[in-house]
Amino acid sequence: MTVALTWVFSEIVDGKPIPAVLELLTAARSLGGAVEAVALSPDAEAAAAVLGEYGATTLLAGTDAAYAELLPGGPAADAIATLAAEHHPDVVLIAATYLGRDVAGRLAAKLDVPVVANGLGVETGGGLSVQSSIFGATQDVTTTFGQRKPAIVLLRPRSVDAESSGGGPATVVAVTVEIAEQHRSVKVVERRAEEASGPKLEEASIVVSGGRGLGDAKNFELLEQLAGLIGGAVGASRAVVDAGWVPYSMQVGQTGKTVKPSVYIACGISGAMQHTVGMKGAQTIIAINRDADAPIFKLADLGVVGDALKILPQVIEQIKARKA
Amino acid sequence: MNVVVCVKQVPDPNSPGRLDPSTHNLRRDGELVLDPGDEFGVEAGLQLTEKHGGEVTVVSMGPERALDAVRKALAMGASRGVLVCDDSLAGSDALTTAKVLAAAIRRQDFDLVLTATESTDGYTGVVPQMLAGLLDIPAVTFAKSVSYDGEVIRVERQTETGIEVVEARLPVVISVTAGVNEPRYPSLKGIMGAKQKPLDRPSPTDLGFDAGGGASAGPAITAVTAAPERAAGEIVRDEGEAAARIVEFLAARKVI
Repeated sequence: MTVALTWVFSEIVDGKPIPAVLELLTAARSLGGAVEAVALSPDAEAAAAVLGEYGATTLLAGTDAAYAELLPGGPAADAIATLAAEHHPDVVLIAATYLGRDVAGRLAAKLDVPVVANGLGVETGGGLSVQSSIFGATQDVTTTFGQRKPAIVLLRPRSVDAESSGGGPATVVAVTVEIAEQHRSVKVVERRAEEASGPKLEEASIVVSGGRGLGDAKNFELLEQLAGLIGGAVGASRAVVDAGWVPYSMQVGQTGKTVKPSVYIACGISGAMQHTVGMKGAQTIIAINRDADAPIFKLADLGVVGDALKILPQVIEQIKARKA
Repeated sequence: MNVVVCVKQVPDPNSPGRLDPSTHNLRRDGELVLDPGDEFGVEAGLQLTEKHGGEVTVVSMGPERALDAVRKALAMGASRGVLVCDDSLAGSDALTTAKVLAAAIRRQDFDLVLTATESTDGYTGVVPQMLAGLLDIPAVTFAKSVSYDGEVIRVERQTETGIEVVEARLPVVISVTAGVNEPRYPSLKGIMGAKQKPLDRPSPTDLGFDAGGGASAGPAITAVTAAPERAAGEIVRDEGEAAARIVEFLAARKVI
């Protein structure tokens, strides 16, 4: 497949593209061909300069106020499907966020084209192919698209380093696509933010994470103490977020955050693949788990088979003693 | 309210999966279970129909053995099952899977379609929205709670930054996260009764698909390689000295 035109679905928050969009634009440039951004948000046009700086020549902007009041995935997907029938992109790159997954699935169904999810990279040469990693990052997979266009690719945030192209602002082309009645009935009536304290998880150079093996929500205090001592942020596995122990903002993994700290300390985390995809990029991994067969030990530079609840207090005391 | 719940049989998440080296399809020769994520959808469907009337139908696509997963959902309390089973569907991509499920769902009298947010084995996370697109109804994904007042479906959904409260009308597709409820265990009576419940086994042709059109239509996995191994790590069994080893390890990396 030769790529003449790549679209980047540009998720806009407060007039700015989310960081993953800049990564997508960088990846899109590597495919050759033109790169255009598509954004459906009332404040989309404000993003034209940044989108241009990372390589979009054109911004197709749908600025209907309804995109902010409705659940945006459905109407955005339908709009892109309509626009794609007119402009014929070869590839549509979408970040694997909550909104991105909603858009990709519905768009694929509307256009009757396949989507490859969980991408870590994309390249041309012998067809358009996507790299991903499965089974707890133990196997790397390359998936190649056939001839049906556009090829829809969901790329995980932080898989590609964003690099400016030095381009000027993208040319804004206003687009209007009718929003179907079915989408107008799905309204967001309230938004509540969840905040975590301490350094930002995605930016922390040390992450101390906990899972089910900690036994109880209150034991996360141990992780907070340790993180506080070594300047780290606290993360969590999906299991404990689902159980309501800690807020979602702390979740590391497939449907949570991707972290690349210099040191990742996994406490009571077995290492299910949906967790490891979010942390395997750590430079150094320490794992503490009672189960000697836990898959997390395959990734660990230092694996400790034992009870985190016994070991962590000792670690905290010894670090305090060293600092004293 | 009639609810369709989509379920999938997956390799036991407690034993790691692998791809067949020659076909690049998922090997299903180990222990297979009803995807733990789907139990939350079944439970949510049961709770809604217990409160508002109607029935839960479970719909699945998979090999013959997937009948066990459908039966488990029936044992939990679902009223009827649909299993689409055909060799041509082996290795189907997400879109083909969604097309088959959507075709099976269209044959049901449904108000609500429930799914998990993603399967535990393939985890593309795109099938719920594909179903909605194919059925031409809206979707609300990542529900942490679902309630219904006879007119409006109210969903609290997870987002990157917190919770969104969304109001929708039936029919709608809703994907639920683990933690939306506490799935019930099948009772002995439920398990015994499951075998007597109606089970529909439509072929792809019954659903309007050409023979053999399933798996070949999607993108192809062209290479599977073992990920570059991290250099073998040091494994320590805690006999009182592990904490000191961790501290020493952190000190060597200038963390402390």
